[in-house]
Amino acid sequence: MYIEEQDFAAKKIDWNVWKRLYRYALQHKTLFFTVIVSLVAVALIDIAYPLFTKYAIDQFIVPKSIDGLGKFALLYLLIILMQSSGVITFITFAGKLEMAIAYTIRQDTFLRLQELSFSFYDRTAVGYVMARMMSDISRLSDMIAWSLVDVLWSFLYALGCVITMFVLSWKLALISLAVLPLLGYISVRLQKKMLKHQRESRKLNSRITGAFNEGIMGAVTTKTLVREEANANEFNELTGKMKQATIKSALVSASFFPIIMSLGAVGTGLALTLGGQGVLNPETAFIGALTAGTLVAFISYCTQIFDPIQQLANILAEMLGSQASAERVVSLMDTQPDIKDSDEIIQKYGDIMHPHTENWEPITGNITFDHVTFQYKNGERVLDDFSLDVKAGQTIALVGETGAGKSTIVNLLCRFYEPTEGEIRIDGTDYRKRSQLWLQSSLGYVLQTPHLFSGTIKDNIRFGKPDATDEEVMEAARLVHAEPFILQQEQGYDTEIGESGARLSTGQKQLLSFARVVLKNPRIFVLDEATSSIDTETEQLIQNAITHILNNRTSFIVAHRLSTIRTADRILVIRNGKIQESGTHEELLKQRGYYYDLYTQQFCEDRTVESLGSAKQETATE
Amino acid sequence: MKKNEKKNNKKKIPIEKTEQEQNGKKAVPVEQEKTERKKTNWKLVRELLQGHRRYIVYATISVLFATAFSYAVPYVTSFTLDYVIQGITTSTPKFLLPIVESLGGRSYFVNSLFLCGIALFLFTGLNCIFTFTRRQNIAYASEGMAEKLRNRLYRHLEDVPYDYHKHASTGDLVQRCTSDVDTVRRFVHLQLMEIVRTFVMFGLAAVVMFSVNVKMTLISLAFLPFLTASSFVYFKYVQKYFTGSDEAEGALSTMLQENLTGVRVVRAFGQQKSEIDKFTKLNETYRVKTYKLIKLLGFYWGLSDSVGYIQIALSLCMGVIGVYRGTFTLGNVAMFTTYVAMLTWPVRQLGRILADMGKAGVSLGRLDEILSAPVEQEPGKALSPDLTGDIVFDNVCFGYDRYNDVLDGVTFTVKPGQTVAILGATGSGKTSLVHLLQRLYPRTAGSITIAGTDVNDIEHGHLRRNIGIVLQEPFLYSRTIMENIRICAPCSTEDDVYCAARTASVHEVIETFEQGYETLVGERGVTLSGGQQQRVAIARTLMQNAPILIFDDSMSAVDSETDAAIRRSLLALNQSGITFLISHRITTLREADMILVLEEGRITQQGTHAELIRQAGLYRRIAEIQDAISDGGDVE
Repeated sequence: MYIEEQDFAAKKIDWNVWKRLYRYALQHKTLFFTVIVSLVAVALIDIAYPLFTKYAIDQFIVPKSIDGLGKFALLYLLIILMQSSGVITFITFAGKLEMAIAYTIRQDTFLRLQELSFSFYDRTAVGYVMARMMSDISRLSDMIAWSLVDVLWSFLYALGCVITMFVLSWKLALISLAVLPLLGYISVRLQKKMLKHQRESRKLNSRITGAFNEGIMGAVTTKTLVREEANANEFNELTGKMKQATIKSALVSASFFPIIMSLGAVGTGLALTLGGQGVLNPETAFIGALTAGTLVAFISYCTQIFDPIQQLANILAEMLGSQASAERVVSLMDTQPDIKDSDEIIQKYGDIMHPHTENWEPITGNITFDHVTFQYKNGERVLDDFSLDVKAGQTIALVGETGAGKSTIVNLLCRFYEPTEGEIRIDGTDYRKRSQLWLQSSLGYVLQTPHLFSGTIKDNIRFGKPDATDEEVMEAARLVHAEPFILQQEQGYDTEIGESGARLSTGQKQLLSFARVVLKNPRIFVLDEATSSIDTETEQLIQNAITHILNNRTSFIVAHRLSTIRTADRILVIRNGKIQESGTHEELLKQRGYYYDLYTQQFCEDRTVESLGSAKQETATE
Repeated sequence: MKKNEKKNNKKKIPIEKTEQEQNGKKAVPVEQEKTERKKTNWKLVRELLQGHRRYIVYATISVLFATAFSYAVPYVTSFTLDYVIQGITTSTPKFLLPIVESLGGRSYFVNSLFLCGIALFLFTGLNCIFTFTRRQNIAYASEGMAEKLRNRLYRHLEDVPYDYHKHASTGDLVQRCTSDVDTVRRFVHLQLMEIVRTFVMFGLAAVVMFSVNVKMTLISLAFLPFLTASSFVYFKYVQKYFTGSDEAEGALSTMLQENLTGVRVVRAFGQQKSEIDKFTKLNETYRVKTYKLIKLLGFYWGLSDSVGYIQIALSLCMGVIGVYRGTFTLGNVAMFTTYVAMLTWPVRQLGRILADMGKAGVSLGRLDEILSAPVEQEPGKALSPDLTGDIVFDNVCFGYDRYNDVLDGVTFTVKPGQTVAILGATGSGKTSLVHLLQRLYPRTAGSITIAGTDVNDIEHGHLRRNIGIVLQEPFLYSRTIMENIRICAPCSTEDDVYCAARTASVHEVIETFEQGYETLVGERGVTLSGGQQQRVAIARTLMQNAPILIFDDSMSAVDSETDAAIRRSLLALNQSGITFLISHRITTLREADMILVLEEGRITQQGTHAELIRQAGLYRRIAEIQDAISDGGDVE
């Protein structure tokens, strides 16, 4: 069910995927064509260089003359400068094209990610999406832009060399290029083999990373179990395998170039022998007359023509290597959100980029679950014919074991998922008749493992209401008693909190996430408590903050710490997707059912920890 | 050949990133400043290359031969052009002439021109063979080094004391062990020999060229020093643009990560639009910064290209003049221009290699930091005695640092067959107490003896094998449940495993899994609940068959009935051994032969349940609270 990094080994190239991606390159026509034009110029000049040498030999060296050398040098210089500017142009523009493609693909994919439903996020690891968005897209845009450069240059250059050689002496050309087809074949074969080995060692590499991870995380356990030796031996086995694999891969790639070059040397040797005869005995030679200059030029072409062949083989292998990346990126872009506002609704209420807030009906907060059933696509039924009526302003608490369906109720309420049967009404209207943003703009949501964003404290509080004034931000912080700790920070409200709020304690993060909700002032509030508790001091502050927020709005609490919900208007014990017990705290205690057991157990633990703690404080003061 | 490398590198340079960046993770600037001031630790490289040094020597020899043969190829052409075709003897080296003459002089070669072709093929072939052996040997050396480095790091991280891991960050360590190792490996693999080769090429070319014509050599190499210098300057300068691009990428990737992990918050607050705006801005910055870098690279390659070609053109034109004046030959011209073309590429690359050398140095520093952390020492005699006997704590003190005592004068004695239960608040020293027994930390004062031997005198492997401990948050290896349970007893039968699992009340649970005992645990497999993990860990510890068992709050996530069931079967099993139990549950504590109440690092109460319940104190208070609640008393 979970999408994860698969070991993907493409056997052949699927051109449709690439065509689709090349459309991104064509979006930037100016860049695209500038690259092509400058490349053609560079390739032509590259082909011309040996001809300059030939000219110098035939016109100056052999006749021992320097007539016109000045002009020749000047022309040479001109060509060099032209080529140099050609190189600068194509690198710069290809670079620009690469970045433009990466930018556009990322932008499109990110937009798609903002629309995708939770069914996607629930089965996809963040790491997977990250890898697609960062490395895969980089790799693809690099491929698209630079393979264009490489293919074009290689093709033109090879073609130019062959044509020039044929023009200079077609017989010699035919003989010395005889190895070319064989060479092309071997190149492709070797490249494929290299690719296979690379994959092998990459796989081992990720296993080594995993082993390091486990070795470090489990270091203490390893110590207590005295497993050091055994673990190290297993690890050594792995690194040994890695060594074998990388060496094998290195040997294949080390042999690639020498094999190609030796094969090429057969052609060059033939050219030297037969061409030399052509210079020495113009009448009798098999290939006919040849000047010394032509011979030198010919030899340079012979040595150079193998580069583009290798290059083309290399690109083919690279494409094969990034085929998997391409498919994964395209499939991510093609993923459709399960929950989509219809066109009419978008017409009226707008989309995420252009919300028509003027058409939005205000929300009072009456919520009805009307025979709601929910099951995942795989048929797993998590909520079964669930009905619930909540008046505006009430607080509903949900209690039950993991997997009982509490989170599903909340997810349905937030419209992260939609019911598979039945309907959910907000203020009497099926919420599917409104836009997603309409509901979500009136939601407040707090996870007790709070999620904050890099940036300042102020930015974070303001998250739900970007246009709030500083005064409003401070007011919100004060209401949840977050201000004292904020002012203790070096720069107060302007303190950077680090990645995901890394510089704050969990309790502080929670307070900020409450301030964030208070500022947004939503009609509907959802609190999803975490199982782990935090230190008692902050806990008191947080209880106060919660009490404040619950005031005056419809609230749902998924509770683990039962002390939080004693004042709830209604507590629902959920079991197997159904309501098992329902009532206020007092009513449920009297029933002596599941809630009673759970509460007593927690109460017992709390009191024990409390008295252990207070005992500690007593001894400290003694 | 030159062309290919150049084209390839042109594009490779801006995008070539370390392995871990390619995996889609962002580069974490791990305490760069802290390690950078350390001098590059090449001693470590030398040490690691020990045993692989001959490969480096072979590779260097290969470089010499390969370069020599690659230079011989233009020589063949030059000889053919001058001696065979034109009959000029002046450009043929003195040592070659007698050999050539003895073969039959020019006329012989004119008739057997194929010999030149064969020579050309032969020299190219030899060049290829030595190029291959160079790469082969350097692969042996670098991979051998990487293997050794990885193994040493792994072993070292297992051998450092417990305290080290309590303070280290896993992510940072893993990063160092993977990407820093790779940086060093790549440097040795790809670039070390490139430096050698550049110098060999330059040196050999200079010798050959000078022997032909001093003045022409000076002219032909005139621009090379300039090219070298500009390469150094340029790559030093461009470094900050590399960093700029990396940082922009890091920022983009961080933002993306936060957005994805916080997708619920974003949606619930309806903030998709502002997130898109944020992303657009960072995406744009990354694009602009990287483009700037590529542009700079483009100018460098373009301009240095033209310098290289101008150098070739200069040699060609001056060669023409030389031939005109009779001081130079056609063969010379062909040879010189070829050599110059061969030299310009590596020279332009030199600066980049040096920049990378700096990076490899930083990585080495970071790795050295890990490797120089002291490992666990045997403080005493490292004996391996029989450990069935009394455990005596005598006035034991301990603190993680000098100022805060965690344990302060703890004294008690346990007899074989007894169960000791410990009650105390978080931070009262319960865990430290049992850790001292296993010598995961050194005590600061007092003595701990097991069966009469001081724990400091017991070899730590022996000590720990004889003390089975179940940690508060147990760690399971990512293997099957079967493998996890029998990890300390590889020779045990499956029935032994089932038996241990039954004792730990986890057998039935495991049987309900689709793959039973073959279920994979951890990241790549099933996530077990806290209680299940604890019970598997208990089963694993039972397989150790240790005379001393410690349960450090290890049934906290198990419900009280299962807890009781496990304790009952343990009791039946461990008749003669000693068991330590840390728990908050009075029902657990009351059955112990001795209960220790720890407060602030001291034992404040000691005795059986019957004794302690009669004393005023923490134990009775807790017992009363729990009794009242379980009797269905007032919980409101």
